[in-house]
This record gives sequence, C-alpha cells and structure tokens, in this order.
Amino acid sequence: MTLGAPTRAWTHRHLLDVDTLSREDIERVLDLAEEMREARETRAHRSLLDLETVALAFYEPSTRTRVSFELAAKALGATVVDLAVERSSAGKGESLVDTLRTLRRVGATIVVLRHASSGAPYLAARETDLSIVNGGDGVHAHPTQALLDALTLREALGTLEGRLLAIVGDVAHSRVARSNIHALTKLGARVRVGGPSAWVSGFEDWPGVQVATSLPAALEGADAVMTLRVQSERGAVAGVGSLADYVRDWRLDEERMALASPGAPILHPGPTNEGVELTAALANGQRSRIGRQVEHGVTVRMAVLALVAGVA
Amino acid sequence: MIDAGFGRLTDPPASLLLGGVRVLDPSAGTDEVRDVGIVDGRLADPATVPAGAPRIDGHGLIAAPGFCDLHTHLREPGDAAAETVASGAQAAARGGYTTVCAMPNTDPPIDSPDRVRSLLDAGRDAACRVRVIGSVTVGREGMAVADLEAMAAAGASGFSDDGASVPSADTAVQALRALAGLDRPLVEHAEDADLAGGGVMRAGRTASELGLAGWPAEAEVAVVERDLALAAETGARVHLTHLSCAASLEAIRRAKADGVRVTCDVTPHHLAMAETWIAGDRAFSWDEPRRDATLAFDPMCRVNPPLTTREDAAALLAGIVDGTIDAIATDHAPHPAERKLVPFDQAAPGLIGLETALSLGLAAVEAGALPLAALVAALSSRPAAIIGEARGLVVGDVADLVVFDPSARWRVDRPTLASASTNTPLLGMTLPGVVRLTIADGRVTYRA
Repeated sequence: MTLGAPTRAWTHRHLLDVDTLSREDIERVLDLAEEMREARETRAHRSLLDLETVALAFYEPSTRTRVSFELAAKALGATVVDLAVERSSAGKGESLVDTLRTLRRVGATIVVLRHASSGAPYLAARETDLSIVNGGDGVHAHPTQALLDALTLREALGTLEGRLLAIVGDVAHSRVARSNIHALTKLGARVRVGGPSAWVSGFEDWPGVQVATSLPAALEGADAVMTLRVQSERGAVAGVGSLADYVRDWRLDEERMALASPGAPILHPGPTNEGVELTAALANGQRSRIGRQVEHGVTVRMAVLALVAGVA
Repeated sequence: MIDAGFGRLTDPPASLLLGGVRVLDPSAGTDEVRDVGIVDGRLADPATVPAGAPRIDGHGLIAAPGFCDLHTHLREPGDAAAETVASGAQAAARGGYTTVCAMPNTDPPIDSPDRVRSLLDAGRDAACRVRVIGSVTVGREGMAVADLEAMAAAGASGFSDDGASVPSADTAVQALRALAGLDRPLVEHAEDADLAGGGVMRAGRTASELGLAGWPAEAEVAVVERDLALAAETGARVHLTHLSCAASLEAIRRAKADGVRVTCDVTPHHLAMAETWIAGDRAFSWDEPRRDATLAFDPMCRVNPPLTTREDAAALLAGIVDGTIDAIATDHAPHPAERKLVPFDQAAPGLIGLETALSLGLAAVEAGALPLAALVAALSSRPAAIIGEARGLVVGDVADLVVFDPSARWRVDRPTLASASTNTPLLGMTLPGVVRLTIADGRVTYRA
C-alpha cells in the first residue's frame, strides 16, 4: 500500500519532539493526516497497523490526547493496550524503564508515553527497543499537539510561510508552546509569545521568536492566535497575581481581537477554562478552530503512528 | 613487582628504573627527559638501581608527581553498591592518583573521631592513600558544629558538609572560628538551597528549551561571597570546591588579592562539558558544539552544581592558567545504574571522575586550552599543598608519582573502569591519556 507521495523517506522510528523533523517531514505528516481524514470514513486503512501493538502509557491524566491516540491506533487496526498507571505496577513504584521493558516483552511495539518529567521519552527511546511517541513530557514537548495545530493553521491560513502567530499565556510552563515554536518556525512562520513576564521569561533568545508582555503588543498584526490553558494545577497562577488579574489583562475577547488581522483564527489546546483564557463567545464563535483541532487530533495521530511504524 | 593490575600500600616498596622519561615536576619547575631511579620505594640516583630491578622504557611517557584528589566520594560506609574504599582507591590508582580525600556525606556521616579513624584504617591497605574530610556539623545536619578539633587530632584533613553548604552564616562562623587554630580548611560546597530552588540544570536558554527547572548562578555566587567575607573576618582557611561560575571566580580573585586565605578547585566535567551536553552535545566546551538530539536528557549529565555555560567553562579554564584556581578535583560521585536509569530530573546527581580526569585535562591540552604544566600542577602538587602535603620528584623523597602516555588513546567502556560504578556520559568516547604506572608511598599501585 502506498500512502501519500513522499519526496524523501521518513527515517524516524520515534517521535520525541518536532525539533528533529525537517520541514518536509512535517509537511508529510500534515498531508498524510489529510488523507487519513477520508480514509477514516471509508475505513480504507483498517488493517495498516494490524501487526502493531500500541501501548498507551500515560503517567499524567489526559482525556483528549489519550482517547485520540486510542482511536487513531484502532482506526488503523492496531491492538491497543492502555496501561492504567494507577492500577498497574507503575503505580507501585516500578521504574519507568522496567515498566516499558515489560510492555515490550508482552508484545507492545509502539508506546505512546506521557510523563511529568521533561525528557522521559528520550530515556524510553534509548533504554528499550520500543518505538516511542511522545504524548507530552513535563514542560518540554508535545509534538502531536503541535502537528495538529500546524494542520489546523495551514487549513485556516492556506500557508504558514511568512505568517505571524501569537501564542498567549503561560508559555514558560507549556510543552504545547515549545513544540509549536519548533513546528511553526520550521514551516516559515514567525512566532510571538505573549504573557505576564514570568510566563514568557527564557524565550528572549529563541531564534525566530518575539516576546510581548502586554496583550495588545502580543496581538498586534497577528495572523492567528493560540491561547494556552491556564494550568492552576501546576501552580502556574503563582508569579502573575490572581486569576482575576490574568482575566483582566490577558483574556481574549472580540474587542481585543480587533488588534489582530481581520478574521484571525483562534486556537486553544484544551480543555479551556470557561471565561479565563477567552470569552465563551469567542470560543464558540466564527474565529474559533478549537473543535477543528480536536478533529485533527485523531487524523494527525493516525499519520504519526503509520509513519513511526514504517508503513507509510 | 606486579606486571599489570593493582597493588596496595602494604606491598613491599618498589625498586625500578624508568629510562628516558619526560619528568614534569611543577614544584621544582622542571621539565626534562632523564632516567628516574627508585630504590626501596625512594627516588634514587639511577646508577644505584640494583641490576635485577625492572626497567621500564619511558620514551614518549611523562612522569609527574602523584595526583591528589581533594573531592572523592568513596561511599563507605553505607553504599557499597556504589563504591567501596577498595574499588574507589583502584579507580584512583588507575587514574594516576596516589591520594584521595574521602568526603563525609556517607551513611552514617563521618562526624566523629572514631569514624575518621575507622575510614583511615579502611584505607591502609588500599591502592591509594585515603585522607578523610570530616563533617562540619553533627550528623551533617547543618545545625550544631561537630567536634572539629578532636576529628583533626584523629587525622581529618579538612571539613565539609558536602552535598550542601553549611546552611547558615552563624554556623559557618562558629565552624571557621574552630578551624582558625587548626590550620584545616572548611571545604565548602557553595549552593544556596533557596536560590537553587530545585533547579536541575543551569538556568538559561538551554534549560528553557528543554523545559528543565533552572539553577541560577547566583545560588553558588551568594555562598562564595558569604564565605569569603567570613574567611576574611575569622582568618580561617576556606576551600571552595567544584566552582562552576565565572562570577565566583572573580570574587575569589579579588579576595586572594586582598590576602584572604582562600583556595578553590574546579572539576574536570565543569571544564570540559558545557550545559549543552544535556541537550545532546558531546563536543568538549573548547570545541564547536556537536549535538545529537537522541542523547538529550541523559541522566549521566545531571550533576550538582549543574554543568555550566560554555562561557563559564572558558573562564574556569583561564582561572587554572592564571593560577586563581588551585586545583582540579574530581567530585568522583559513583551511583549504581538504577539511580541513573530514570528521567533526568529524578536522577541522582553526580558522575565518576577519577579515571577520566587526566584524560579530559589532556584533551584540553591538545586543544590548546590548557598548558600541560598547569594541568599537572593542578592535579598534583597544588591540591596536595592544600591538605598540607608536599609532592615532588627529588632524589631521596619517597616515590609518589604517575607515569602516563599523553598521546595514547583509550575508549571509556564499562568493563575498562575500576570503579564499582560506571555513571559517566563519557561512556563510548575515546580519550587521550593512558596511565602506565602509579607509585604511591613507594609502592606500585597500578601498572598497565
């Protein structure tokens, strides 16, 4: 079976982050994801991964990432096992490497790993012979989220070349932001990160990245806006005052969005905090691509699983 | 005499002739090719070496005073899975060391005269002389100052709460007042725990990129500045160990000029490996970075203080050249595999260093970043002076020396290492510098 029209071979056995992908690699994922949308309806690739066993090892809670990986793997015919960490040996203090080696022994071939420690998937890739897909590691990377965001933006804007994307919120503690910066700059976009200074510090030296410390400065002329989840569960509100201060200074609404390019789309990695990162009217309005992101979540992950398995 | 392998300090004294070796003796300022004779464990006129004694061809080799490590974790008592006095001393001998200073953060800590004596005894038949650094505070808890005078009388060479600073200035002053009359240094691990704030790598661009909690340079500099002020105030000696920041070095440079009794050391890894190693770089700090992303987040690169910036590494090298830094000390920190086979932020900090220190130094020499004479002095005579010992290659002295091939290469592989642990990011790399012979206290302790 031939999928897509690769200009050069996919060489990555793991997807640990976007930074080691070339622009062609990223475009290949996005193109394949678009094919998968149609194939998913016709069930054209329902046995593509029938030799693979995909284990979902989520050491942090997740709904949309875990469910979309599960649906993606099943749509391609893989056997899927969900390592329920709280009910497994991992919950009894077994080390990550030991747990993954056990999964390999019982037949898993691909592991989707989410872990609170930045870099955990790199350890997994080095110390096991599993194919590792990073489902989010600490505050480091969330490559499939960045790829689905890139697909959503490409669909909305036609191209990312020369476009200006604003990422607003707690950038410093966001793995979504980091992976998006890598993906979008590789696709030719410029990225501006905006947030209270404690939330954007450390990004001044990133190539291709501008830093804004007020919402108007962040939004001015942006072709698209991504607002990040305010993660109070990670203590992220600390250092920027109260949640009310954040809402007053940084919440997106229709009036503030007038500073951005006309009709600039809005993205959010979800789940949203109702009325905190953006108004309900914006979240549910014309500009919002939030639902589209969720839909792309499955097809992008289908593409990623097929590519790391070497069948696309 | 052994043909190859390890000897002990309790072996019979050696007699041998080293022919045509380049003798580098920093204390005498000499660098010459000549024969070196050893008779019954003492340096002797080559003509007096007995006819039947072994002859070693020294062409292409360098003989230097035996190395002295001011900062070694032998993990005894309490953590034999990581290292023992016996295994650590063999690692030292293989690295050219004839003396190591065992750090007291063991389980239980070395905080009493009995424990000092017990550790000294454990080293008497090892492959390397073991000196003991005692705890500054009882139980190494940072509260009550231990009986430093009694530990000094039992043989402690210095005092440290290594793993942490003496936490409060008040406790540090009490310790320094006690030390002022003992002529033993306070060996300080400079780290303000509040400022360090749980950081796992140097704060900055690379930490931001990797999403790892940052450890700001001020965490070290604040304690360095405090201790310099307290040393000036009390007149006691302070030795600042494993410096990692250019700003610390600047402060020490000023204090030395003002006559404060301060000495300091830097580790081979802070000289050679910049923080970019955590992102997968495997080029030395003096070379252009060469990044392999698959090596990112290697727990072997987690160490405290964290690996430094390339700029700070360059400043530290310059500090050895200009003499502000007195010594290279390994902070040899063995850990069994399971403490490193975890995500980066959960890994135990530290790496082994006794067997690779000379090689990293020689790599810097080859790159033109460090003069050979400065390297040898920083490994041998200068650290020995800090614990009150002389090192030289003068006829009549007890033989205490290392003979190494500076251009031979070796690959750092687990089976080649004598340490009981193999935690180093250098595994798999090929390095210059092979030790051929180590003689400690007149005995051959290692030969290859």
